[in-house]
Amino acid sequence: MKTKWKISPYLYLLPALVIVIAFRLIPIVMSFILSFYNWSIQGTGDFIGLTNYIAMFKDKIFWQSMSNTFWLVIIQVPASIVFSLFFAVLLNKIKYLKSLFRIVYFMPFVTSLVAVSIVWKLIFAEQTGLMNTFLGYVGISPQGWLSESRGIFLMMFQDLGIKLNLPQFFHGPSQALFGIIIMTVWKGLGYNTIIYLAGLQNISKVYYEAAEIDGASKNRQFWNITLPLISPTTFYVLIMTTIVSFQTFAQIYLMTDKGGPLNTTKLIVYYIYEKGFDLLEMGYASAIALTLFILILALTIFQRRMEKHVNY
Amino acid sequence: MNKLRSTITYLVLAIFGLTMIVPFIWMLTTALTTQSEFNKHETIFIPKEEYHVWNHDGQVDRILLVMQKEQTSVIHVLDEKLNIAQEYIEVPSLQVELVRKKPSLHFENFSKAFKKVPFGLYFYNTLYVSFMSLIGVLITSLLAAYAFARMEFKGRDLFFYLFLSMMMVPQPIYMISSYVLLDKLHWLDTYNALIVPWMANIFTIFLFRQHFMGLPQELFDAASIDGCSVFGMLWRIVIPLSKPIIATASIFSLISSWNSFMWPLVMINRPELRVLQVGLSYFNQEASTQTTLLMAASTFSIVPILILFFFAQKQIIASYAKTGLKD
Repeated sequence: MKTKWKISPYLYLLPALVIVIAFRLIPIVMSFILSFYNWSIQGTGDFIGLTNYIAMFKDKIFWQSMSNTFWLVIIQVPASIVFSLFFAVLLNKIKYLKSLFRIVYFMPFVTSLVAVSIVWKLIFAEQTGLMNTFLGYVGISPQGWLSESRGIFLMMFQDLGIKLNLPQFFHGPSQALFGIIIMTVWKGLGYNTIIYLAGLQNISKVYYEAAEIDGASKNRQFWNITLPLISPTTFYVLIMTTIVSFQTFAQIYLMTDKGGPLNTTKLIVYYIYEKGFDLLEMGYASAIALTLFILILALTIFQRRMEKHVNY
Repeated sequence: MNKLRSTITYLVLAIFGLTMIVPFIWMLTTALTTQSEFNKHETIFIPKEEYHVWNHDGQVDRILLVMQKEQTSVIHVLDEKLNIAQEYIEVPSLQVELVRKKPSLHFENFSKAFKKVPFGLYFYNTLYVSFMSLIGVLITSLLAAYAFARMEFKGRDLFFYLFLSMMMVPQPIYMISSYVLLDKLHWLDTYNALIVPWMANIFTIFLFRQHFMGLPQELFDAASIDGCSVFGMLWRIVIPLSKPIIATASIFSLISSWNSFMWPLVMINRPELRVLQVGLSYFNQEASTQTTLLMAASTFSIVPILILFFFAQKQIIASYAKTGLKD
């Protein structure tokens, strides 16, 4: 029967193919081309070669938003992995109320980022927000969750009475960005927890039974059985969370004043948006977008390579 | 020992579970509080209300207390809309009473928010865009996945890898060029800009393909002997046997188009074409002092998805869980 197909497979493929080519492939190629033009929103521009890229490397705000994004990813991804694995292990243990907890943990993930950002902006409000109210109960003074531009490492050292004489990058993410990180971890936790839970349920009980007989403690069982056997899931979560985390946009748009204070919450995708649609420098914005693409691609390939080395 | 362990487990899960839902509870309770009460920042979670009234000759008026002395007090009398009707009246202090209401729920915040912003229209736009994209996604994905899974043709692998690589590219990368492209097509500020580019979903194609490949060949052979056409097989065999996976893909598609924000924010300028998320973000900019209305609008915007979630939570969570399992 397989000889019958000639033209018809292509007809079946055609609708999807047209859309994928027209609205994925062509824009991606266009984005590459645009990055060599000084394209404006009027829809015209001249070929200017590598000028956009050169300007980008000299652009302080570009580097600032790169370093902001770096801190976001480097803190948010591990935090998300640790917390979600922790909750998944706990959820995997319990007998009752399992589905209730799953619903509760999953709720932030299905709700819209816009509504959730607006609420968190209120929660983080300096004088009146829920966060500082709660911190007040335990005797911590109000924090500038969305308004403090000093880096969190700098602040920690200052509290210890040590002056940090390092370039700004090493001051860490600003406390404002740290607020965004907390909220973003909260938002995505449910998905990763569910993924881990599915992974944990796939681990055969035999291993634990054998370990039990050998007298291995629960702690050792976790480090020597669970963690290695869950590593494929960890890699999936790592790659997905990294890619998503690089694309953080709505939180910045809704919770901060254009990536402020002092550009410390300006993330790379927000900067692309700002350059492209606020300042109408679409060619320049495309150059940044393409740089981001190459960065994400390289990271993904690197993580895949690592996975092959570590996989059990 | 085991009992202690499990108690601690439940306790930890409950505490963190609370932090998961507290923002939602706060959103809802703020939405039900009056703005003046919210501005006092005394109450959290249970909306309460405190105000003074002037109780005289069996008539009770809402008032603002200006100055209270032992014998007499100075007050403003308020009308029904809480505007000041009479200023600086001196009355006996005994006639001034403090009213405490707890809980005091103000559902009118929802209708007030609706009066400020046409959320009904935004709601309709979102529904329309979501369902049109869904129909597109189902048609294109069923056809393409059927071809990928059950047909052999030249260039199949090439197309497959083309799709796979396109799936990996994050949306912000091609946002600007898509804007330029849609501008050239004169599709900016039309429904087309929100629907057509999202009428194919590569992830859904792979999801369907995976499922279709698992269908037994015997069914197709038997149908072929009975003279069933290729399309007939898709319609009569594949689709009926794929209802759960189609439901899963539909839920993914609906949730993601309902929540999509950056794309409609960029592509649509005309207020009457705004979707709910974009409308809400504009309201966020305009009404930053009207916190309670903003929370009412936010609550309204997440309720449809939460209803869908609660009714189908088992399937939804199971479907998302599957996205992490590798074949």
